[in-house]
Amino acid sequence: MQIPAVPKDVDWREFFIEQLIRLMGVSAIAFVLLIFLFLVREGVPALLEVPLSNLLGQRWYPTFEIYGLVPLILGSLLVTVGAIAISLPLGLATAIFIGEIAPEWVREILKPAIEIIAGIPSVVIGFIGIQIVSPLVREFSGAPTGLTALTGVLLLSYMALPTIISIAEDALDAVPDSYRHAAYALSATKWQTIWRVVLPAARPGIITAVMLGVGRAIGETMTVMMVAGNAARMPLGFDAFLRPVRTMTATIAAEMGEVARGSTHYHVLFVVGLALFVLTFVINLAAALTIFREKRGGGGRFLA
Amino acid sequence: MRVPRYTTQKVAFGIITAAAVGVVIPLVLVIAYIVVQGIGAISWEFISAMPRSGMREGGILPALVGTIWLTIGTAVTSIPFGVGAGIYLSEYAADNSLTRTIRLAIINLAGVPSVVYGLFGLGLFVIFLRFGMSIVAGSLTLGIMTLPVIISTTEQALASVPQSFRIVNASLGGTTWQGIRKVTLRQALPGIITGVILGLERAAGETAPILFTVAAFYLPRLPHSALDQTMALPYHLFVISTQVPGMPIQIQYGTALVLMVFVLTMNLLATLIRRYFRRRRQW
Repeated sequence: MQIPAVPKDVDWREFFIEQLIRLMGVSAIAFVLLIFLFLVREGVPALLEVPLSNLLGQRWYPTFEIYGLVPLILGSLLVTVGAIAISLPLGLATAIFIGEIAPEWVREILKPAIEIIAGIPSVVIGFIGIQIVSPLVREFSGAPTGLTALTGVLLLSYMALPTIISIAEDALDAVPDSYRHAAYALSATKWQTIWRVVLPAARPGIITAVMLGVGRAIGETMTVMMVAGNAARMPLGFDAFLRPVRTMTATIAAEMGEVARGSTHYHVLFVVGLALFVLTFVINLAAALTIFREKRGGGGRFLA
Repeated sequence: MRVPRYTTQKVAFGIITAAAVGVVIPLVLVIAYIVVQGIGAISWEFISAMPRSGMREGGILPALVGTIWLTIGTAVTSIPFGVGAGIYLSEYAADNSLTRTIRLAIINLAGVPSVVYGLFGLGLFVIFLRFGMSIVAGSLTLGIMTLPVIISTTEQALASVPQSFRIVNASLGGTTWQGIRKVTLRQALPGIITGVILGLERAAGETAPILFTVAAFYLPRLPHSALDQTMALPYHLFVISTQVPGMPIQIQYGTALVLMVFVLTMNLLATLIRRYFRRRRQW
């Protein structure tokens, strides 16, 4: 129902407060622009000082002024693709379980549990990775070290799970019950209904879930830095998962503390940050457009 | 031969249930393992003393205090803007291109990698505004990072207040702001508080944004002012588990345990508030 129109207020306080609140709303745009501005401001000198052929090279040796970003980008891609390959089926299954199969009391336990997984600090997950996961990986794979891309993939997939589960569950939830009833009326089993009716209907939302999961995995820093071994070389070949790998995020985190402010290396690290910003911007924009198309409005759990 | 469809269903549900259980079991195991390994390190001295002998002995007090200060600082910087923006989107914003741009901006803020927030904080607060590496710079960085969570939960909490409340306010001659202050905001408060706590919980556990804005490797004293550097729990755990050779394993697990307890307490608090008020709600 429409709210009845209130006569325009002449009270200056009302006016002042409305403008203040509007300003706070608009500030969100200002913050995004500020972030972009400062990444550009500190990154541009590198683009002027370092030739493009150097930046697009395949070797990253900052001490010798060799700043090839390709191995870092491929490193990020490798762990992200690996993590999504694991967390998508697992997350989708969990979302189906929570949304369609589980009895009420199980749901009441699972939902907060998944919120807790989302809340575990990444540094704690990295710590567990060093202490527990990495020795296991070394034992099973026979690799000389347990700090490998695979270790990073395993832990990252666990960190991407809460995002994927909660958005996929929202998507399943948004499928109208009339679809399910229609399927049951045609004597479909519950599983046939889920597989042939509910999942296809929820597909745009599930794609959004995957994209935001990708965004989460590609931006994760501490865990990959702690467990993925941090060797900046091209992650190519059949055994790439069993060797150490270096991501864009880990490079920034590991090296920014040690470079001289204003040096070329310092500015190049901002270029890496700028690349990450643009990358996640595009991913989130794409995800958001799917959401807007569905008329689901903004906001919501998917932001977490 | 066709497989009977109820057999297919049983198999499919079996796999799905196993997957869901498989997601939760590591969580339980990890928490239990950290508690078992770390509980031995916990003593009054551990949480109330300065670190000694290159952090291999003594306590974690400065890191704990630093994290508490940073959490408070994050709250101070993110709550006014976050709740304000949430109110704007739910109660004032028209469905126009400005509002859509704001929503896009929020979705993007939520997606910016935490280490990029760190770079931004370094560029703007530490260098450009000359705060140096300080609690102020760290809090502002974490605060902006926390904004999207607070904005979206505030908006949702306000949007779930029934429209009839607003209509009654208007019919009694209340202005928009009076209605928000005395009716809608009050009804939505539990939801907002829950969202704020969950946002602060994330901030408290973050490491990457504070790496270059505030966190000190080893600073065995309490911060003197808001412009002082400080140790912080997440960074401290990173340091002692990767940067210091010969670190006693028990201290590492003890630090992880304190950090987990700190974060999970906030999580629990948020869940309890939500439960309590959902039961009491009349609409």
